[in-house]
Amino acid sequence: MYFCPYIDISMIKLSGIHKTYEGVQPLHVLKGIDLHIKKGEFVAIMGASGSGKSTLLNILGILDDYDEGEYLLDETPIRHLKEKKAAYYRNRMIGFIFQSFNLIAFKDAMENVALPLFYQGVSRRKRNELAMQYLEKVGLRDWAHHYPNELSGGQKQRVAIARALITQPRIILADEPTGALDSRTSVEVMELLKALHRQGMTIVVVTHESGVAYQTQKIVHIKDGLIERIEDNVDPSASPFGNGSVMK
Amino acid sequence: MIPIRIDRDQWGEITESLMRNKTRAFLTAFGIFWGIFMLLLLMGGGKGMENMLSSNFAGFASNSGFMFSQQTSKPYQGFRKGRWWSIQVPDVERVRHAVPEADVVTPTVRIWGRTAVNDAHSCNISICGQYPEYDRVDNPKLVYGRGISEVDIAQRRKVCVIGSRIHQELFTPTENPCGKTFQIDGIYYTVVGVSGKTEGGMSLGGNASTTVLMPYTTLQQAYNIGSRVDILCLTARSGYDMGQVQKKAEAVLKRAHRIHPDDKQAVNMVNAEAMFSMMDELFGGIGILVWMIGVGTLLSGVIGVSNIMVVTVKERTTEIGIRRAIGATPADIIFMVMSESVVLTLLAGMSGITMAVLLLHGVDQIYTQMNPTAEPNSFQITFSTALAAAGTLSFLGVLAGLAPAYRAMRIKPVDAMREE
Repeated sequence: MYFCPYIDISMIKLSGIHKTYEGVQPLHVLKGIDLHIKKGEFVAIMGASGSGKSTLLNILGILDDYDEGEYLLDETPIRHLKEKKAAYYRNRMIGFIFQSFNLIAFKDAMENVALPLFYQGVSRRKRNELAMQYLEKVGLRDWAHHYPNELSGGQKQRVAIARALITQPRIILADEPTGALDSRTSVEVMELLKALHRQGMTIVVVTHESGVAYQTQKIVHIKDGLIERIEDNVDPSASPFGNGSVMK
Repeated sequence: MIPIRIDRDQWGEITESLMRNKTRAFLTAFGIFWGIFMLLLLMGGGKGMENMLSSNFAGFASNSGFMFSQQTSKPYQGFRKGRWWSIQVPDVERVRHAVPEADVVTPTVRIWGRTAVNDAHSCNISICGQYPEYDRVDNPKLVYGRGISEVDIAQRRKVCVIGSRIHQELFTPTENPCGKTFQIDGIYYTVVGVSGKTEGGMSLGGNASTTVLMPYTTLQQAYNIGSRVDILCLTARSGYDMGQVQKKAEAVLKRAHRIHPDDKQAVNMVNAEAMFSMMDELFGGIGILVWMIGVGTLLSGVIGVSNIMVVTVKERTTEIGIRRAIGATPADIIFMVMSESVVLTLLAGMSGITMAVLLLHGVDQIYTQMNPTAEPNSFQITFSTALAAAGTLSFLGVLAGLAPAYRAMRIKPVDAMREE
């Protein structure tokens, strides 16, 4: 990896991020996060529930604003964006993968994959064509006209990955991508993400499963709103569970 | 600012969303349907009724009044009560002179129960003697020829204008009878015109279709009626009230004929102006009522649509959240909800318009069949009314979409990630 010329180009740069949820009892969730993710890195964010990892992911995904600090996404400052601008960045720069897949039930696989392009104003023909290409990449070409309820969990997540990829985003943000999957399909999905990483995609995975986390290059441990430690995982295949082994 | 992306997916989504809950969509749409249906039906019906009634008054001056004599009810200046009297030709000049507010003052006289004969054909008729000015009170709506002229009056010409029924009975109905002659009581008259008034229409002194209009002076001579006047017709100059004009004319007549000024019976009056204005008020009132009912029903339909859309948006929170997360702007979401609301409203409304138009068309057909001789009348709404209704519907659709669209806009993408 040291030979890659772009290895030091910064993709995500967080410095001193604070976030407090206002309420009857204000909740200080993030207490100064400094994080640097380089282009092409495969990073896992780990932490117990309530540690602030979901909030961090929301901020990374421009789904939520922060109170203090600075966030640069591919050198674009992200702060106090208007909804329209935020939607634009989400659409062009970020690909989301959710635990519960979040496919739209009354659209078939192809239409689900094509949806982000609909909001870019891409013509119907063009976006459906592209959607078929991306479905092929995740091995679901034959399932293009099936509705989500006709697909297995693993297939659904692969459709969601195709949807995340279709806009050619700068980063992939995955929130517990294997959380709703059994061990076998979890492996499939992780293999897909690793393949994307090998093609140069920057991927951030939020998880509480160490089996998932140890397949990445770098594990960020979060505890009580602070980064506890950052662990470099030099050889992902040497995880405590071994390569390709059952993760759960 | 709202991106308009109407492609097949957009339509697909709208229909999909509406079809997912057919019963609900149908019931909601029914409110709009019924509202616009009732509004147009009542508007068309009201207009048709008005036309029907006012066609009866076609040709009739709406600012006219009529006076005729009756037995006196009070003794006065040595005359006993219950005396018979009649208006006389000199009274016309008296009234003209004393009541400058009156525009037309013209006498008519009637001969009843005569028979018009042309060879083997005959017809029961009445005769009305009049002056050319009378046209301005009750226009005969001539279909052939001309009316009575000043020269006819001066030379006591034996000419006449006949009613449509007489034309049919005595002559070939499709031919112009002008110049032909027929006789009444042994005297031959030349037809110079044919009245276009119909049987059902309002006219002074009986059925216009079986009336022969003649110069007053001709009738005076032929039937030896002296200077008798049966009905004195008046119209008021613009800006003057017929009631006032009649009151002044009444005083003139009473003075000339030595009738007690407080006699309520001797001079009988009909004020057409008051009748017409009452009818105008009536239809105005009906119009307001129609609008209140129709608009009220329509509004409750709109509120129904709005309500249901709010529920739909609530149900679709996750979906809208997903859309937001993958790049839909608030404007995209607003457009999505708005278009659904507009499509539902327009669809329901258009079927309402169609139904109302069809029903009114049916009413038209039945009306024409039942009254073949009546003036053509239409209960149908005009095309521009239908267009205005469609425009209003689109506006109402937007209005109904406002609240749910605002709600949908406030859904945050984080909501999509939240577990149900």
